[in-house]
Amino acid sequence: MNKKSLIQKAAASPHIVWSVLFIVAPLIFVMYYAFTDKDGNFTFGNFTELFQASYLEIFMRSVCFAFLATVICLVIAYPIAYFISRAKPKTQKILIMLIMLPMWMNFLIRTYSWMALMEDTGIINSFLGIFGIEPIHMINTAGAVIVGMVYNYLPYMIIPIHSVLSKVDGRLLEAAADLGSNPLTVITKVVFPLSIPGIISGITMVFVPSISTFYISQKLGGGNFDLIGDTIERQFQTAYNYNLGASMSFVLMLLIIISMTIMNKYADDDGGVII
Amino acid sequence: MNEKKIIELKGVSKSFDGELILDNIDLKIYEKEFMTLLGPSGCGKTTTLRIIAGFVTPDCGELLFDGEKINDVPPYKRSVNTVFQKYALFPHLNVYENIAFALRLKKTPEEEIYERVEEMLTMVNLRGFEKRDVNLLSGGQQQRVAIARALINKPRVLLLDEPLGALDLKLRKDMQNELKNIQRKTGITFIYVTHDQEEALSMSDTVVVMANGKIQQIGSPTDIYNEPENAFVADFIGESNIIDGVMLDDFKVRFSGHEFVCLDKGFGKSEPVDVVVRPEDVDVVPVEKGMLSGIVDSVTFKGVHYEIIVTINKFKWMIQSTDYVAPGQKIGIYVEPDAIHIMKKSEFSGMFGDYSSFSDELEHLSDVTEEEE
Repeated sequence: MNKKSLIQKAAASPHIVWSVLFIVAPLIFVMYYAFTDKDGNFTFGNFTELFQASYLEIFMRSVCFAFLATVICLVIAYPIAYFISRAKPKTQKILIMLIMLPMWMNFLIRTYSWMALMEDTGIINSFLGIFGIEPIHMINTAGAVIVGMVYNYLPYMIIPIHSVLSKVDGRLLEAAADLGSNPLTVITKVVFPLSIPGIISGITMVFVPSISTFYISQKLGGGNFDLIGDTIERQFQTAYNYNLGASMSFVLMLLIIISMTIMNKYADDDGGVII
Repeated sequence: MNEKKIIELKGVSKSFDGELILDNIDLKIYEKEFMTLLGPSGCGKTTTLRIIAGFVTPDCGELLFDGEKINDVPPYKRSVNTVFQKYALFPHLNVYENIAFALRLKKTPEEEIYERVEEMLTMVNLRGFEKRDVNLLSGGQQQRVAIARALINKPRVLLLDEPLGALDLKLRKDMQNELKNIQRKTGITFIYVTHDQEEALSMSDTVVVMANGKIQQIGSPTDIYNEPENAFVADFIGESNIIDGVMLDDFKVRFSGHEFVCLDKGFGKSEPVDVVVRPEDVDVVPVEKGMLSGIVDSVTFKGVHYEIIVTINKFKWMIQSTDYVAPGQKIGIYVEPDAIHIMKKSEFSGMFGDYSSFSDELEHLSDVTEEEE
């Protein structure tokens, strides 16, 4: 017994080393920088600095954009996931692969492609021009940033919802119809409640990366819509203010933990939530 | 029994992927009847049930409810309810909400829902289980919830798809009685699908024996057992020795090299027939008094009786007798005229009836895996 547990410990050690090096240590660094000043003295100064209107605005905007992107993703993803889950198993595999396909391409390239699409003289406007439609200004708007987020994170919403829906026993749908549910109430009374765990993990998987995203808003928002991710990046890459950057990261973590706790409340016993 | 037709199938056929599952089925179901569709896996019994429920649309033929064609009426508009194989309870709802499901859809007032759910719970002996999580109930309890859920709507017809298939033997017996009681009390027509012949015989008013997508015989349990239509029915219901014979004249049949008196008539002279003799109807007698004689192959003690396999004219008979005989012993057998049942030759002739390959047990085991059609 003892020997076996030694082996088990040995087998777990790479994982433990990995966790310490790449999860625990970075967290400690973030904490250290967040609570110290440039000379390494303990301070809350970094946090009080964040209470400036300009930073609060960035936080608010990030939360708003992430929230909007998540809601739009959910609205688009649910019907797609539902229809995929009703297809034959083979078709389902192909469709899911198609949904994942864009993720095989580099994130930057995908974002640049959206720039090319949405520019004032870009592909969409040139196409509309053929029909004599005036160019629509899309790039460098809040809408463009959200479109970029939705596009990038949509698969993360579709896949968990699909995986829950595809496991819903077809007999339950028959049972509901048998008891008098029309096709609509079958969805509202049975399919939807059963898919809540998938919806919650989808929301988590879209909201978390959306709130901390950077680059999308720089490229599609033309620098007009600073988000937390971009601001943190700037503190480390341009301003070299590690302490302020770390304190922002810390607040961002808090925001995410708070939103996930709220989500968990709705997930109750099913526990389909990934933090 | 009430003779008012409630459901009728006229010339119903159905194929899946080019395979004919139901072949021109004609069936009448009467009010207050307990009808059982009985047959082996893949015989089409579940498909028949699903057509009545509305989950499967027949390729051709008519489905009539109270004389009205309902082929294209969707399931939620039919006044039939189903108890599903493995119950299909809603895992996100508790016992109370599962049972109340149908009433909630109809926006029934809360007090009435409460009253009727309680009434149902009393009927299936599950009072006090209202708040329970259905996923944590035992098989028998889930079964009861499924029955209550299907009956709360007061359907005209209740369809039951192998509802006891997942229960152990003792519980099956109890539930059989309970179902029969519920059916008597409520007066609802039950259409029951099973592959278990014992269950069919003990519960039903009418048994419909199906094989290869066709109805082989419709009749009361006693008719089906005593007067099987063909070799398939004789073999599927109970144990039988099915022997090739020739009808010499009315009331006279020849098989195993001996002439027997029987009670059957109306066959052609010298018509080849299948002869059924039930194992319990064969008397073991001393060789000199026997009509036929043979050597005992094996003897198995079954509790109530011994099961004796005897070879007579190269045919292995099964005999059930309370008297012990030793393997290797030569015995005579005696068959009364009323123990002999004559059937016309059918596509099933020669497929069953000999006990040289005793594979019934195996067949039953494979039957337990559900029928996927």
